[in-house]
Amino acid sequence: MSNSHSYPHEPTGVETRKLGMWVFLSTEILFFGTLITTFMIFKGSDFPGMKLTDVYDIPFTSISSFILLMSSLTMVLAHNALEANDQEKTRVWLLATAMLGAVFLAGQIYEFTEFYHKGFELTTNIFSSSFYVLTGFHGLHVFVGVVLLLALWAIGQRQKGLTLEGGMNLEFVALYWHFVDIVWIVLFTVVYLI
Amino acid sequence: MTKIIEPSKQSSIFRRPSSETGIWSWITTVDHKKIGIMYGYAAFFFLLIGGLEALILRIQLSQPDNNFLTAAEYNAMFTMHGTTMIFLAIMPISAAFFNYLLPLQIGARDVAFPRLNALSFWIFIFGGAFLYSTFIFGTAGAPEGGYLAEEVGWLGSAPNGGWFGYQPNAGMKYSPGTAMDYWAIGLQILGVASLISAFNFITTIINMRTEGMRFMRMPVFTWMTFAVSFLLAFSLPIIAIALFYVTFDRKFGTTFFLTEGGGDPILWQHLFWLFGHPEVYILILPAFGIVSEVLPTFSRKPLFGYAAIVFAGFGIAFIGFGVWAHHMFASAISPVAQAGFGLSTMVIAVPTGVKIFNWLGTIWGGKLKLNTPMLFSLGFIGMFVIGGLSGVTHSIVPADTQQTDTYYVVAHFHYVLFGGALFGIFSGLYYWFPKVWGKMYNESLGKIHFWLMMIGFNLTFGPMHWLGLQGQVRRTWVYAEETNLQFWNIIVTVGAFIIALSIIVFMVNWIFSKRNGEKAPFDPWDARTLEWTIPSPTPVWNFSTAPIVKSLDDFWHTKYSEDEDGRAVRREETDQMLLELEEDGLNPSEHIALPNPSYFPIVLASGLPFLGYAVIYKSIPLALIGTVLLLVGGFGWGTEPLEEEIHLDSDE
Repeated sequence: MSNSHSYPHEPTGVETRKLGMWVFLSTEILFFGTLITTFMIFKGSDFPGMKLTDVYDIPFTSISSFILLMSSLTMVLAHNALEANDQEKTRVWLLATAMLGAVFLAGQIYEFTEFYHKGFELTTNIFSSSFYVLTGFHGLHVFVGVVLLLALWAIGQRQKGLTLEGGMNLEFVALYWHFVDIVWIVLFTVVYLI
Repeated sequence: MTKIIEPSKQSSIFRRPSSETGIWSWITTVDHKKIGIMYGYAAFFFLLIGGLEALILRIQLSQPDNNFLTAAEYNAMFTMHGTTMIFLAIMPISAAFFNYLLPLQIGARDVAFPRLNALSFWIFIFGGAFLYSTFIFGTAGAPEGGYLAEEVGWLGSAPNGGWFGYQPNAGMKYSPGTAMDYWAIGLQILGVASLISAFNFITTIINMRTEGMRFMRMPVFTWMTFAVSFLLAFSLPIIAIALFYVTFDRKFGTTFFLTEGGGDPILWQHLFWLFGHPEVYILILPAFGIVSEVLPTFSRKPLFGYAAIVFAGFGIAFIGFGVWAHHMFASAISPVAQAGFGLSTMVIAVPTGVKIFNWLGTIWGGKLKLNTPMLFSLGFIGMFVIGGLSGVTHSIVPADTQQTDTYYVVAHFHYVLFGGALFGIFSGLYYWFPKVWGKMYNESLGKIHFWLMMIGFNLTFGPMHWLGLQGQVRRTWVYAEETNLQFWNIIVTVGAFIIALSIIVFMVNWIFSKRNGEKAPFDPWDARTLEWTIPSPTPVWNFSTAPIVKSLDDFWHTKYSEDEDGRAVRREETDQMLLELEEDGLNPSEHIALPNPSYFPIVLASGLPFLGYAVIYKSIPLALIGTVLLLVGGFGWGTEPLEEEIHLDSDE
């Protein structure tokens, strides 16, 4: 006689939590979509005060973008290490990913303060408002991601170590992290390059 | 005998809650049925409040030049009436149905994420309480060039910018004070609740179906839940961002929607209706689902054109994202856009019409049993068709510019949302009453409720068409005697009180039947879906063994076969089978592990109102309290396993 665990689950073969994360990310696209659309509308408008070209430091932002993209690589390495069941390496790469994310965040804070000192405040004009709300919203996502990575790293310190199943698992966080990185590629293009 | 294993009481931060009865069992529950019932009661409570607000509005309008309310109070009342009915009454009542029925209909033991489910319920409760706390803490000052501050009063200290909060009217200049902040942040919190339940339900439907429950065998109610969840998932983020902008404009001095700072008030309208129109389908599709369950059961015929109804539902959901600007024909949008959105509005009537014909085809030639749920479903079809037809008239742009902001529009959307959504909801409440409580409701009181509501509803909203075409403006708090609008306004007010009376009949029936009603058999309607294969009231574990589904309307086919003319013939072994089903349903033969109750959903949810207050009053301490609650809730949640490890003891 079977026990309760045979109760049918997952006819799609995708783990339920992972599926939930995919659905969540699909709503995130709409969040960022709305923000980007608004930004694009106001980017072209005549705004008094500072212009974007006055304050942008493209080389600096390119470097911090590169750092964030590299964190996706370390995330994949962490995943690979876990698949090979190398707990030690998994933790190292997780920590590396979190650190790269933190460096990116520090860069963003530095950039915001720089802009602020150059007179580019939240309420300076409609462009600065859209800029700070859009990039700030992304920064908040990176922050949440760093917290999740550190939590995962802390869980990995325990006796049992990390697994690819169960509660807060690595794949779940990795999906989120890659998504946040991909969004940044779009933002970097839309906000700084176009 | 029952063999539910007691969870071992390990501790995480707190001792794990273990009550099975009493108030703590409700506060800590993660059971989809209990959450559904709580959603239902909370939403009904808000329905009563919203109804009270409507009655206050109608008293004011029953006389020309009445001074029962000041203009400020009237503004607050219609804003809160709309906001309450949409976000705190109809949406959560639909959520109650989703919660209770969805796992049962797909043969699952719970939703995919039981604790997230509890979380979204508590966020909804805190969001509603937060919004209504405006009456205690909120202020609505005198707008520039508007009424005087002393006319605002206690009732007027609520949000007053209309449920769609048009900018710049809802901005700081014309809506000073904090009331509109309560509105913006309250909706934000409620949106989080709906968003969480949306991806919970999507995941549940995709991944928790029992063996054999293929997509094209799912009950239509489940399909409509699926469609609504997608609508929520893709439309709520838009309004969330728009509300962020409103809060930034009002609290931090940005100018997203203010022309004087280079912003764009029309952008608000686009963002709002890009959410707002899908929202209309969020409100009506659950009722479509309910009616599609009730009609075949009481016509004793299969649903006519199952696939057509399913695809029409998704057609509506999809096209629903492409019609938003028909709310803005009187705003500054180009003639090309007007023509385009006029056309798409006509197009969306097609799948809706497909559904109507499917329902008519279902009852055509059926052996109708006119029980209360059936009456409400039939009433739904009639009233919804009227509302739908007046809706299509709005796609004619020149006619729409005439009708915009008149009572004609008010009549239209009440026919859709009251005659449509609410009639469908009442149909469902009566239909599943026996399943939820294990008792039968009182049929005669149910029928009195239906007829009173039908008469009251048409007296209230029918004449509004004429009032609107005669020029009575929406949201006016007085009209002059010379306009000759008084006669129909009195009729409308009388109708509103008849509706109130019918609601009292409903409540009496509910309370009385729940206590003293006849014991309900587990399949009182001779129905077709999986929830009727288990005992009433539903056992905590839902299904003792996972059901295996072999066809659409599987339960019906196990009860009936067909003769050569295609008529249903009850199988000989049916009665015996039903007896066995009930016996099995009450006595699971194996150990069942259920998710354990948890404190953390309510702890986590309680942080959000504090963050809301923190933004309104720019208070760091409040923000800290909110953050701490979120962190404690999140940390406890993360470290607490969903199910405690169970040591299976061998059967004695």
